Amino acid sequence: MALDGRDPVKIDDALRPAMFDWLCRLGDNALILGHRTSEWCGHGPALEEDIALANTALDLIGHCQMWLGLAAEVEGQGRTADQLAYLRDAMAFRNVKLVELPNGDIGQTIMREFLFDAFHFELLTELSTSPNTRVAEIAAKALKEVAYQLDRASDLVVRLGDGTEESHARMQAALDHLWPYTGEMFTADAVDTAMTEAGIAPDLSDLQTRWTATVKDILDEATLTLPERRFDVHTGGKQGRHTEHLGYLLAEMQFLQRAYPGAEW
Amino acid sequence: MYAQMIKSESSNDDPQALAEFQARIDRGERIEPKEWMPEGYRKTLIRQIGQHAHSEIVGQLPEGNWITRAPTLERKQILLAKVQDEAGHGLYLYSACETLGVTRDELFEKLHSGAMKYSSIFNYPTLTWADMGAIGWLVDGAAIMNQVPLQRTSYGPYARAMVRICKEESFHQRQGYSIMMKMAQGTPAQKEMAQDALNRFWYPSLMMFGPSDAESVHSTQNMAWKIKINTNDELRQRFVNETVPQAEYLGLTVPDEHLRWNDDKQGYDFSEPDWDEFFEVLKGNGPCNEERLGARRKAWDDGQWFREGLSAYADKQATRRTAAE
Repeated sequence: MALDGRDPVKIDDALRPAMFDWLCRLGDNALILGHRTSEWCGHGPALEEDIALANTALDLIGHCQMWLGLAAEVEGQGRTADQLAYLRDAMAFRNVKLVELPNGDIGQTIMREFLFDAFHFELLTELSTSPNTRVAEIAAKALKEVAYQLDRASDLVVRLGDGTEESHARMQAALDHLWPYTGEMFTADAVDTAMTEAGIAPDLSDLQTRWTATVKDILDEATLTLPERRFDVHTGGKQGRHTEHLGYLLAEMQFLQRAYPGAEW
Repeated sequence: MYAQMIKSESSNDDPQALAEFQARIDRGERIEPKEWMPEGYRKTLIRQIGQHAHSEIVGQLPEGNWITRAPTLERKQILLAKVQDEAGHGLYLYSACETLGVTRDELFEKLHSGAMKYSSIFNYPTLTWADMGAIGWLVDGAAIMNQVPLQRTSYGPYARAMVRICKEESFHQRQGYSIMMKMAQGTPAQKEMAQDALNRFWYPSLMMFGPSDAESVHSTQNMAWKIKINTNDELRQRFVNETVPQAEYLGLTVPDEHLRWNDDKQGYDFSEPDWDEFFEVLKGNGPCNEERLGARRKAWDDGQWFREGLSAYADKQATRRTAAE
């Protein structure tokens, strides 16, 4: 038994480095998207939206805490979720580039959330039945919240896409801007393959098929046009090659832990 | 106290009706939205609840300033939840205000034009993480002093909103105090930050109750209507009495050399805040007035296309439904 009473992670030692990396991807996606979403707090376009965005951010930070906690446990070096979040530099972050992009207007924020949620939902659905019980438990817990987030984001994409001329134009511009970043979510590398082969994670190409169907349906209903451009232009985040934006985000997020090493808060 | 210096509106209603209304209040009855009420009561309540609602949403900004820099994942979640609660309080209060015949959009317009105010406290900057502690502890603490009695206010929707708000505010105060505890017991640098936050927020917190209103006509009318339950001085004294021992427990010093326990009144004697500063802040000359109001206006203006998009979609859907029938 682990200290908190849960079963320890059962994996081959040979898989630990890949699994640590893979768990950091899950945790970092949630952390960085949660951070971006939290930037809206107090600045939303309507009070209800302000509350919903803060709620989404809160859910994501919660997911990050669970994934990074498990990552730290798998790593076995005595680090904590907080240390992973606050004391790694950009090159050790494993989130996709899509989630670190600046928010842009509220339309871009919602479009990004939709494109990510549609992936996140499929991924967590699969992981919630993963034979690795620790992974399955976290996924099942997060899935409930992500299912709601996807519903909300889809609904807003449809309403804004099919709203006024201006809201339509803004949503199309947001989609065009974000599209070339979406492919990274489905671009498998050695880490993804190792996790799939170990039976812990699903095959990303299966997720892509379902993601594409959801995205097409919603964009159709929203009267928006799927960009013809390649969707995997901007990749590398999962391997620690990020955009220029991540460094600034981390400088802000990690400021206190960096300025006052070892202090407790 | 999120509503400061609320002037009462006079009523030109029938004296007989006014007397019956006052009798209902004196009997402790709740006034509900569709019931008759004097015009002055209605207008005064709009001003008070509206100002309170504005304070909640402007109050998101100074703390929102630290969400992205919160030092641990847990602190980040707690702060996010707290600031989200404030938006929720804004929502209850705007809804309560709407029952008096004013729309939320109209209230926003008055906030943005400067015709309506929000609490002076939110025009002070949050400079270090300790300010998150000081705000929760002192600002929410001062707000609770005012809001707990308001659970018994005469207007039903306002009183019920206060019941919900008070539950959350006491959690806010505890999280603030917990931040202060950690910092006061932390490294010398953290303790210095905690003391500095107390130094900066002490007097602005005392100002939250408003100037002494013992002689005020408005205060008398508002108290008769049970829109205001205690005088500003009573609440300020109660706040000081409760807060000073908490500061002592933290090992921090309240920045008032005249602070003394007075056995006769069973309370502390303390220095008045600088009321000139208070009136300057109300006039718009506080350290952050322009930033706070600017941020609210920007959020509103930037969100216009979003709100219009949603309305247009709703209209289209209604037309489509009608066409389908």
